[in-house]
Amino acid sequence: MINILGKRYYYFALSMLLIIPGLIILAVNGLPLAIDFKGGTLLELQFPTTNLPETTDVIALYNEMGFEEVQVQTALGPSGERDILVIRSPFMDDTTKIALVDQMQTKFGIEELAVNRFDSVGPVIAGQVTNRAALAVALAALAVIIYITYAFRGIPHAFRYGVCAIIAMLHDILIVFSITAIGSVFWGWQMDSMFLTALLTVIGFSTQDKIVVFDRIRENSGILRKLPFEKLANHSIVQTLQRSINTQLMTVEFMLLSLALFGGVTLREFAVILLVGLLSGTYSSIFIAAPLLVVWENQEWKTWFRRQSVNA
Amino acid sequence: MNRRYVNLIIILLLLALSIWIDLPSNPGIKIGTFERSLETVLGLDLRGGMQVILSVPAEIAVTQQNLQDAAQILENRSNALGVDEVVYQTAGERIIVGEYPGVSEAEDIIGKIKETGQLEFVDFGDVRIPAGTVVETDFGISDTAAPEATPTTEVTPTAEQTPTAEVTPTETTSATRYHTVLTGADLTSVGVVRGELNNYTVAIEFNSDAADTLKTWTTENVGKILGIVLDKTVISSPSVENPIPDGQAEIIGQFTSESANALAVQLRYGSLPIPLEIEQIRVIGPTLGQDSLDKSLLAGIIGFGIVMLFMGIYYRVPGIVADLALIFYALLVFAIFKLVPVTLTLPGIAGFLLSTGAALDANILIFERLKEEIRNGRTMRQAIDLAWRRAWPSIRDSNIAALITAAILFWFGSTFGASFVKGFALTLALGVGVSLLTAFTVTRTLLGLAVEWIKNPEQRPGLFGL
Repeated sequence: MINILGKRYYYFALSMLLIIPGLIILAVNGLPLAIDFKGGTLLELQFPTTNLPETTDVIALYNEMGFEEVQVQTALGPSGERDILVIRSPFMDDTTKIALVDQMQTKFGIEELAVNRFDSVGPVIAGQVTNRAALAVALAALAVIIYITYAFRGIPHAFRYGVCAIIAMLHDILIVFSITAIGSVFWGWQMDSMFLTALLTVIGFSTQDKIVVFDRIRENSGILRKLPFEKLANHSIVQTLQRSINTQLMTVEFMLLSLALFGGVTLREFAVILLVGLLSGTYSSIFIAAPLLVVWENQEWKTWFRRQSVNA
Repeated sequence: MNRRYVNLIIILLLLALSIWIDLPSNPGIKIGTFERSLETVLGLDLRGGMQVILSVPAEIAVTQQNLQDAAQILENRSNALGVDEVVYQTAGERIIVGEYPGVSEAEDIIGKIKETGQLEFVDFGDVRIPAGTVVETDFGISDTAAPEATPTTEVTPTAEQTPTAEVTPTETTSATRYHTVLTGADLTSVGVVRGELNNYTVAIEFNSDAADTLKTWTTENVGKILGIVLDKTVISSPSVENPIPDGQAEIIGQFTSESANALAVQLRYGSLPIPLEIEQIRVIGPTLGQDSLDKSLLAGIIGFGIVMLFMGIYYRVPGIVADLALIFYALLVFAIFKLVPVTLTLPGIAGFLLSTGAALDANILIFERLKEEIRNGRTMRQAIDLAWRRAWPSIRDSNIAALITAAILFWFGSTFGASFVKGFALTLALGVGVSLLTAFTVTRTLLGLAVEWIKNPEQRPGLFGL
């Protein structure tokens, strides 16, 4: 039987390698919050041709109307041409937007200027949404730890399973933040309510995955009572490995990959974040949660700082 | 043995019902008072449209009733402006969410409807002031208040007579501040009456206190103008033909059906119980919506196809059974979406696709168990029973965890009018729930039947992916 758990410290190191760069980006740039959470306006304009007005001219127009801190980006339209402008600015109302689009049409001499998207979020509601979002994530985590402790109440140290699931879940959350941070640098991704939806889904499915692996340990701890815990856990992981690969890689990831590739621009960021997050969810069940159980069972932290190699 | 066939019949009936509901041409269900049109409801992100979130400023006290009234008034006003299918709902304690499907060039709809709409009946004396003119009235200003330094009115000089002293009781103020006789709060009903010669009039009725005031005033002012002013802007300047004794009056003018109704709407929905501020507006253009719909459907079909292919190749007979169950699952879930009805949004579709992942997970868990049991040398029937029994706790526990998160997402979505998040949570939860049902009934029944039909299944492990 493959010894998966023996190399556990390598897995921990690999995860750190993936998480730390993202966290550094976040520490330097701050969270790439979208207007959903910090307030502001996003205006996406569809131009008839790729002959877009100069960014500086657009900013100048906004400045004339009293809006500072304006960002302008170009984007690919449905036709595959770069004929879209995405303009982010402080909060404005509908009437101002209409006046603005009118002015743009006259100033840049464009007749068919279509508003693809206009999102405007006031600062008050944005603050409330942020608070509630943090609360939602915390609540989800708490509900899960309680549920796991309850579901595994029959076996020794049920509480450990809950805690290890939560640590692995934190790992998945950090991975999601990290990929979003990297995406924010390269593709201008932002954390919006879709990001939050993806994050909560990752939390849900990550837990689901942990439970399947833990369930096998639960079942085996009845049958294979005499085995040391590390062997027992390893045995359980190997038994569920095929299912983990088939469920996660083959089904969920196929769906999401197809969404990411063909699902259109609006869903791409969401699909990619989910893809990475759910992959991490499966990874962390096998390579984080179960190894942590073993670390806990063996109380390995007592040997961490002694001058001897860990049992790799 | 027999039970399997009974199950099969039930499954087939349910399948037929689902397909019937799913048919795009379905006329809808009508049983007694129960009525469903069975149309696929598309969210704003798929058909284009506008969502607006309004909130009551923090310093204003507000009751749930105020909020609901305001939402109702806003919805009525929007519909009266000729925009279809507008829905206004309250969310949380101080938030109202409005959705305008199909509207992308919203112009200033929000500006128009969110005005607090102070309706006044104003003494114009002998002057018929044209509609659209901004006037100043003494409503809300106590008699001792100092007059404003500059008259802000734009009364057109075409009015021949200057207002007399009788018209403006507070003579010391500027001549252009008019006296408010009654306000919209005194109105009890408004209706449009069609006359014999296709001329329309607007019938209004005041409460009893206001009726007395009106009686006194109209008796003294026959032939004078009682202007109707909304938010200090004149909307109509009818003259008093006769004294009005009972609070019931008719506004007669050159009304068409349209203009009479428009005036009635303004009179009826003149005032909001609470002031509202725009907190959030989202507009999605119709082309972007259609594009998203087409692409996500395509993505769904491709993903579905690959997954089904994979299941069939990897698990063979059980895999094909799971594929059939998956098709059944998809048809059933879509039928439920139409029945409830669930508004389909882009995240909603994503939630549905993800729930198929959960549906398949249940099957995969069972099949992996099945393979183990067959390897352990069980007979096929024993193996099937054991596989289902052993896989159940992990399927149950893991799906409950998914449902918990879906519930929290739903709560988050509904307190903030984030209908996109709500849609995702709802389709995910529905999908997970139905997937449990299909894994434990459809897959099991069909696999049981398949094993019966295959001769010597124990000797042909290839059929089971071994």
